[in-house]
Amino acid sequence: MPEIKVTPLGAGQDVGRSCILVSIAGKNVMLDCGMHMGYNDDRRFPDFSYITQNGRLTDFLDCVIISHFHLDHCGALPYFSEMVGYDGPIYMTHPTKAICPILLEDYRKITVDKKGETNFFTSQMIKDCMKKVVAVHLHQTVQVDEELEIKAYYAGHVLGAAMFQIKVGCESVVYTGDYNMTPDRHLGAAWIDKCRPDLLITESTYATTIRDSKRCRERDFLKKVHETVERGGKVLIPVFALGRAQELCILLETFWERMNLKAPIYFSTGLTEKANHYYKLFITWTNQKIRKTFVQRNMFEFKHIKAFDRAFADNPGPMVVFATPGMLHAGQSLQIFRKWAGNEKNMVIMPGYCVQGTVGHKILSGQRKLEMEGRQILEVKMQVEYMSFSAHADAKGIMQLIRQAEPRNVLLVHGEAKKMEFLKQKIEQEFHVSCYMPANGETTTIFTNPSIPVDISLGLLKRETAIGLLPDVKKPKLMHGTLIMKDNSFRLVSPEQALKELGLAEHQLRFTCRVHIQDPRKEHETVLRVYNHLKGVLKDYSVQHLPDGSITVESILIQATAHSEDQGTKVLLVSWTYQDEELGSYLTSLLKKGLPQ
Amino acid sequence: MKLYCLSGHPTLPCNVLKFKSTTIMLDCGLDMTSTLNFLPLPLVQSPRLSKLPGWVLKDGSTFLDKELKECSGHVFVDSVPEFCLPETELLDLSTVDVILISNYHCMMALPYITEYTGFTGTVYATEPTVQIGRLLMEELVNSIERVPKAQSASMWKNKEVQRLLPAPLKDAVEVSMWRKCYTMPEVNAALSKIQLVGYSQKIELFGAVQVTPLSSGYALGSSNWIIQSHYEKVSYVSGSSLLTTHPQPMDQASLKNSDVLILTGLTQIPTANPDGMVGEFCSNLAMTVRNGGNVLVPCYPSGVIYDLLECLYQYIDSAGLSNVPFYFISPVANSSLEFSQIFAEWLCHNKQTKVYLPEPPFPHAELIQTNKLKHYPSIHGDFSNDFKQPCVVFTGHPSLRFGDVVHFMELWGKSSLNTVIFTEPDFSYLDALAPYQPLAMKCVYCPIDTRLNFIQVSKLLKEVQPLHVVCPEQYTQPPPTQSHRTDLMIDCQPPPMSYRRAEVLTLPYKRRYEKIEIMPELADSLVPLEIKPGISLATVSAVLHTKDNKHVLQLPPKPPQPPASKKRKRVSEDVPECKPLKPLLSGSIPVEQFVQTLEKHGFSDVKVEDTAKGHIVLLQEAETLIQIEEDSTHIICDNDEPLRVKLRDLVLKFLQKF
Repeated sequence: MPEIKVTPLGAGQDVGRSCILVSIAGKNVMLDCGMHMGYNDDRRFPDFSYITQNGRLTDFLDCVIISHFHLDHCGALPYFSEMVGYDGPIYMTHPTKAICPILLEDYRKITVDKKGETNFFTSQMIKDCMKKVVAVHLHQTVQVDEELEIKAYYAGHVLGAAMFQIKVGCESVVYTGDYNMTPDRHLGAAWIDKCRPDLLITESTYATTIRDSKRCRERDFLKKVHETVERGGKVLIPVFALGRAQELCILLETFWERMNLKAPIYFSTGLTEKANHYYKLFITWTNQKIRKTFVQRNMFEFKHIKAFDRAFADNPGPMVVFATPGMLHAGQSLQIFRKWAGNEKNMVIMPGYCVQGTVGHKILSGQRKLEMEGRQILEVKMQVEYMSFSAHADAKGIMQLIRQAEPRNVLLVHGEAKKMEFLKQKIEQEFHVSCYMPANGETTTIFTNPSIPVDISLGLLKRETAIGLLPDVKKPKLMHGTLIMKDNSFRLVSPEQALKELGLAEHQLRFTCRVHIQDPRKEHETVLRVYNHLKGVLKDYSVQHLPDGSITVESILIQATAHSEDQGTKVLLVSWTYQDEELGSYLTSLLKKGLPQ
Repeated sequence: MKLYCLSGHPTLPCNVLKFKSTTIMLDCGLDMTSTLNFLPLPLVQSPRLSKLPGWVLKDGSTFLDKELKECSGHVFVDSVPEFCLPETELLDLSTVDVILISNYHCMMALPYITEYTGFTGTVYATEPTVQIGRLLMEELVNSIERVPKAQSASMWKNKEVQRLLPAPLKDAVEVSMWRKCYTMPEVNAALSKIQLVGYSQKIELFGAVQVTPLSSGYALGSSNWIIQSHYEKVSYVSGSSLLTTHPQPMDQASLKNSDVLILTGLTQIPTANPDGMVGEFCSNLAMTVRNGGNVLVPCYPSGVIYDLLECLYQYIDSAGLSNVPFYFISPVANSSLEFSQIFAEWLCHNKQTKVYLPEPPFPHAELIQTNKLKHYPSIHGDFSNDFKQPCVVFTGHPSLRFGDVVHFMELWGKSSLNTVIFTEPDFSYLDALAPYQPLAMKCVYCPIDTRLNFIQVSKLLKEVQPLHVVCPEQYTQPPPTQSHRTDLMIDCQPPPMSYRRAEVLTLPYKRRYEKIEIMPELADSLVPLEIKPGISLATVSAVLHTKDNKHVLQLPPKPPQPPASKKRKRVSEDVPECKPLKPLLSGSIPVEQFVQTLEKHGFSDVKVEDTAKGHIVLLQEAETLIQIEEDSTHIICDNDEPLRVKLRDLVLKFLQKF
């Protein structure tokens, strides 16, 4: 039976290092190629040796698909394509293609230049890797090869994020990547049509969370920032350069404008200007409102938000700083955090999810004494706030997407095992579909049962649909045809046509049965009685009495002769072809019982 | 398959294709050449135009002198300009299911169709097509509505009257169909019926037909369309270009294997090379400005103007024009310039690469930043303060009948220092200039039409090999003014089928198969038999379900078991309900083997007699006779059903079923 196999190399019961292998109808597709922010050793990249020990990856994979530019979805790509070696196509949307190399370069710099690691991918490798990328449009059907096609759907989440449908024949898989089912201040909501995939692979970051309304969260956020600034404290907001950062900037910009606030807002990296430029140029990927008004007012041109300089961190007085990266695991956000952590007037707001092992995760789980490099202990006195601004679908959103796409099976990735377990039960209860949650390296097999497309001759189809048009629709009409299978082509034609095409003659099989009836009357009277009898019983059939004295029921012929020895017995000859077998057989048994008196 | 041709204009097509059970309108072009018969709409009172004499018939009657004015020997209608609509009577347009738009120039009649014909379907177009199409419509509505004209002439349209008029009014076609411009609410209503699509997106129509837009290389978001079922493929090629300008290149490969290729929107100036024209444009512009004159470029607010600005960006410094101001005046100038920068995905490779940096794809961003290019919604307001001469003005409308261009024609027409350069190919420049004669201003004609020329067409057709080509009749003969140029027509085998306005073509095609799906349960139950090497057969008895034009074959339902308590016990007593069809048989019965088989099954008294055509097998005790011939077998027996069935099954063993 045809099957779809799914093996997560990363993101199986975990967040980070997203990398999922899918085998569908003989095609192998790799979904995402991410890095893990919680690790600095081998575990940060997926174990590609799982795919093949000694062969070339290009021979095993038909294509690679990247859902969006976050490093936990694309961070291992240059390592995979240039260091392990893959030359096949890599698909992503235009904004992802534009932004991905910049984040990869940033990541490389932090790892190699700051941490001094060797044996990491180089700038040239990032460039070479990007040359293998094929950019796709939303909803465009990309023919990877003759059989395999992929299609991108809008996913919200970050600029250019997409869900992908992978389809071979009538079997299909949808991979959501990360998505958001509610529009935010700069992006729209994810959308997919009722494509009824055999399998939906969905992220489940917020599998158990149902978030309160966006407005409340925004108000809360602004209130906290405002209060801290009012009492002269400093606010640190660790973010990734693209994504949440722009949404929160829009939020603060409008708030500062409205409240006429004077405290400075800074954005920490040189990426800001550039990042905002991407938003301006790819404005068609943002939400309806921004797209509609961009000619009059571009939302990504900020008046109040200025570039940050390292020296500003020591300035007295209140300020708000957006700094990268978002999980406080390295870089500028961590530096500023160390400077400000000791003062209880200050505040750090974590606007997104933090992977285990990161400083962000530690302080969010309540740790207030952190062991830093060189055994130094950092005491955290500043206020720590968590606000879910990351644009992942919550439990409600995930259910909503399942309702939209109507998959036959669901598979959860990109989440924590415990939470997945809960969501899995909920999905199975509500939708009565199987739900899977494989761990990394564990293979899930899903059996599909595809119907088989064949070519039916128009003549046969028209003949059948013409019959189907009759008012009597209660009885299912049987259609009879011959399936010709030749060189992988399947054609359904009428039996007559099949015989003709193969140059064969029909062999006619005919039966003639002698039925003896006790009836002393004259032959023609017997015939008449038989005729009336049949006419009475077989109301739905055409029963005819022919001038030559014979009777026909449909195409069955009945003739009567006198018995050669016994004049009181008449012999009825009932003759039919094999095609009328049922009726013929029925008639003989009916006549055998004799005629009603 | 039928094609209803509603427009006679080869580059502004409007056709309706009836294909399988769908009715598909291909483009919605609006023929605006009709406006050339009207007087220009001046933005400020023009003494010259208002003093034009009324037209007087040869016999001296003056009843038309309010409606018709004479200017330098030409007669113009003094009324709000009107447009020639596509045919609306050839078929009931409310039955149109979908409208496919190929580019923003070919959707200008959309509000007339969607708002006045009872149309209830969906319009499909790409995002740039819709956005820029909206700008074109906005500009059109704006330039006509801002100069309200009290008079609306209609008397001249009377057939009896029109007969008496001089050419070209006398020969104007379908004048009763000419309509005034639509309004913004109508534009908005029409555009709200559009569904956005992307290149290579497969869109299912009622499960019967699939349509797919492909890049056509002519303008931002411009597309050709594939309309196909599982077995037939119609390609609609409209406004395509193989030149590398700003849009994404044309997708030719996907047009292959078409049964029918409908070809419209070829270049209107087949003899002009666009690159040469751009060169001439630049040099004429430079010359005029150096001599202290102004340059007027009548143009649409989007399209070629982006390429012209890019050329000038590279040209002005070397030509010493850095200090000459460029003005772009249109109610949608700002929007057009802004929109051009955000369609990265629809641009050619070079421009896409720039966006990845990230830099704006078009250099006019820099021209604006450095104040070399300024844009204004109209000549009123800021423009009048900033206006410096000599300068270059890009403004519409290219017909010179409305828009800000009318003002500049009146303003600059009297000086021979100034030049008007025509770049848009849609209007004859001589006709456009007619109501401004006599004119001292220099006129330069540099039409830039990047659409396919006939050499490119014949190469394309050789490449994609359609079975049949359908095109407007204009493409099947040389242009009327160059009748010796037999190279300026489509040359292909078989010769193209041509159409003209209000004609209905029956397109040649033969359909023999349809797709049907066999459900897995049914497929499992099939027993294939290899009849010949490599060819297997299986007989299929199944229930046909048809829904949304999709056919599915399912296992027949199991016959309901009669309840045990039913009086009549034997099932065979019931009249057989639905007649289960028996397969056809083929093959022949080898007599010797058949007899052996009979003996094996306990018939001990088998006798065989030869006949002329075959054999007779006798079972003496059972008084049964089996006639066996090459193509037939006849079993004649007493009414002994078990015996008959046994014999039947033995015979069937030797035969193949179909």
